[in-house]
Amino acid sequence: MPAPDATGQLKFRDPGRARALSAALDRLADRVGRPVTLMHVCGSHEQAIARFGLRAALPRSVDLLMGPGCPVCVTDLPEIDEAVALALQGKVVATYGDMLRVPGTRQSLGDAQAEGARVEVVYGVEQAIALAGRCADQVVFFASGFETTAVTTAAAVLAGLPENLSILSAHKYVPPAMEIVAQIPQSKVEGFLAAGHAAAITGWGLFEPFAARHRLPVVVAGFEPLDILAALLRLLELVAEQRAEVVNLYPRCVTREGNRNALATLWKVFEATGGRWRGIAEIPDGNLRLRPEWAGIDARRRFQIDVSHLQRAGVAPLTDQCICGAIMSGLATPADCPLFGGACTPDSPVGACMVSSEGTCRIWQHYGGRPDIGKVG
Amino acid sequence: MSGSDRISIEQGAGGRAMRALIEEVFLGLASPVDGIGLTALDDGAAIRVGDRWLVITTDSHVVKPIFFPGGDIGRLAVCGTVNDLAMMGATEPIGLTCAAVIEEGFSRAELLRIRDSMKAACEEAGAPIVTGDTKVMGRGELDGIVLNTAGVALAPRVVSDAGLRPGDRIIVTGTVGDHGLAVLSRRHELKLEGDLCSDVAPLNGLVRVALAAGGDGLVAMKDPTRGGLASALHEMAHKAGVGIVLEEAAVPVTPEVRAAGELLGIDPLNVANEGKAVIGVRAEVAERVLQAIQAHPLGRRAAIVGTAGTERPGSVILDTGVGRRLLSEPVGELLPRIC
Repeated sequence: MPAPDATGQLKFRDPGRARALSAALDRLADRVGRPVTLMHVCGSHEQAIARFGLRAALPRSVDLLMGPGCPVCVTDLPEIDEAVALALQGKVVATYGDMLRVPGTRQSLGDAQAEGARVEVVYGVEQAIALAGRCADQVVFFASGFETTAVTTAAAVLAGLPENLSILSAHKYVPPAMEIVAQIPQSKVEGFLAAGHAAAITGWGLFEPFAARHRLPVVVAGFEPLDILAALLRLLELVAEQRAEVVNLYPRCVTREGNRNALATLWKVFEATGGRWRGIAEIPDGNLRLRPEWAGIDARRRFQIDVSHLQRAGVAPLTDQCICGAIMSGLATPADCPLFGGACTPDSPVGACMVSSEGTCRIWQHYGGRPDIGKVG
Repeated sequence: MSGSDRISIEQGAGGRAMRALIEEVFLGLASPVDGIGLTALDDGAAIRVGDRWLVITTDSHVVKPIFFPGGDIGRLAVCGTVNDLAMMGATEPIGLTCAAVIEEGFSRAELLRIRDSMKAACEEAGAPIVTGDTKVMGRGELDGIVLNTAGVALAPRVVSDAGLRPGDRIIVTGTVGDHGLAVLSRRHELKLEGDLCSDVAPLNGLVRVALAAGGDGLVAMKDPTRGGLASALHEMAHKAGVGIVLEEAAVPVTPEVRAAGELLGIDPLNVANEGKAVIGVRAEVAERVLQAIQAHPLGRRAAIVGTAGTERPGSVILDTGVGRRLLSEPVGELLPRIC
């Protein structure tokens, strides 16, 4: 073992072990003898894969795609439109920085801000609560994120919000989205890498019915380079052996039943309802909305928001060429998009995947995609 | 980069956007010279005079804030020009010029402090200031002070930034990212400073020992200022038509810079340095040059960080230890006005 450096994380970044895993993946891929497509569903996984150049450590015959793993990216136009409408009504809209630049039908929150609407960037619900405490006006927390983040919103709601604070929930629930991707007829995905932090909440047992129903293996993985390589090796083994099982390779954080307290908190405040995920499909149970008993703090019930006129107005130019949906469904990569890196860049994004630091396009733009370069020496 | 009819801030940030602006506009001023001229887009020019080379360079400085941990605009102005000369192989400056454009209302005490700092840096470098120019502009017509320095030197041999061949080793003379992150944290009062400190220093003494150790085996030099090590390596790879494999774990970075970079989401490889050189050497002299640099007070943390090769000419491949990826070249504005 090398001595840990200042980052203190070398145990999970050890080059020797990474090379051994990479070599094992090569041997297994040779045995499989055909192309295999695997999918992960998490922006944090894509960050690590791209940052550490892990695709160059994979066999040529293994394609690793990112699925719908970016909550900002799947926030649909009407949800942005609702937040913009509230901001233009004079409410103070508090939200995560990435949400400002996600295009709505006509405007983003950033555009509304430039026109004088009050939009505040916060790093979490606690800051929105603090903002409401300092502010005489109505404040709306435009909440995005998967179940991991939704739990924090739910806990704040249960603890009691200031009277002038409401929640506009764009929270999403990942498991149903995996169902949709698995059901796409032209999908080549043969196995899923599940996000360790989401599974820490939901428990890995949640994936067992999924694996059985779709005859697809699932491996729960952590976020360090060796976590990911080890999980991919296990996943490829399961594919090779045609075993549709769920394996937890992140036992230092994830249990079978998950965090029961967190789940109880989540479902006391939210319910899963159907809704569109941008570019992908109508996802049954994919949206987390406040339960009816929380109507008093639900911005959708507390305030009048009508954005139907916008939906009839049609989408902005270029948006119809954006293939974010196909990318998040695993049917395309950014390299297939006519806009990628040209008309669509982080400075002037067309699709939400180029806005969010967890979006595939933004990450590929920053780190390069799967360049044709040789393996680690 | 952009099709706009106005100049954007990223076009001055030392990355690809700036190079495009220079190529589009200022290369129109170029005319043939006997040596390295404007078209080479090197750190300076080198013109043959008898059996020697006259090396000339000029640099304007607009850093904000003017005083930062480890230095100030005066020290930066002297070191920037001394280093540009040194990067061409000219380590004995004959003279520097100093032109100051000052905003009405600027503090006299601060101006004297800047003057003293220039004087100290000149003594360190052994470089006299021999002429100058002073202008004052109305309040609001510029932000504080702009300093321009030019420098001339004679050199027996010129080192360009285009001399790499496959097999050559790449040396970095110390930790990277210090200057940019020190300026940034002071500017935004991020209270991260701790030991964050600019590396601004004259490099001619260090380059002198490197040249003595490496001789003709020292083949390329560049100072990784704006755009950082990533930008410097891209330029060296592009001009020489080689690919560079950079070993991430070998690049020296202080724990403070690493921590500040992680916190701010900024890769220290993209951050400006003002007291470091990237030096390309033939493999057979690499260890000797490295040891000579490490024996110099400014080069203690020098390291061999990469190798030039034939894979992917013009690109920089980052070996992360657990994988590989192409290192992207900074396009533009990461941190405006840092040098």
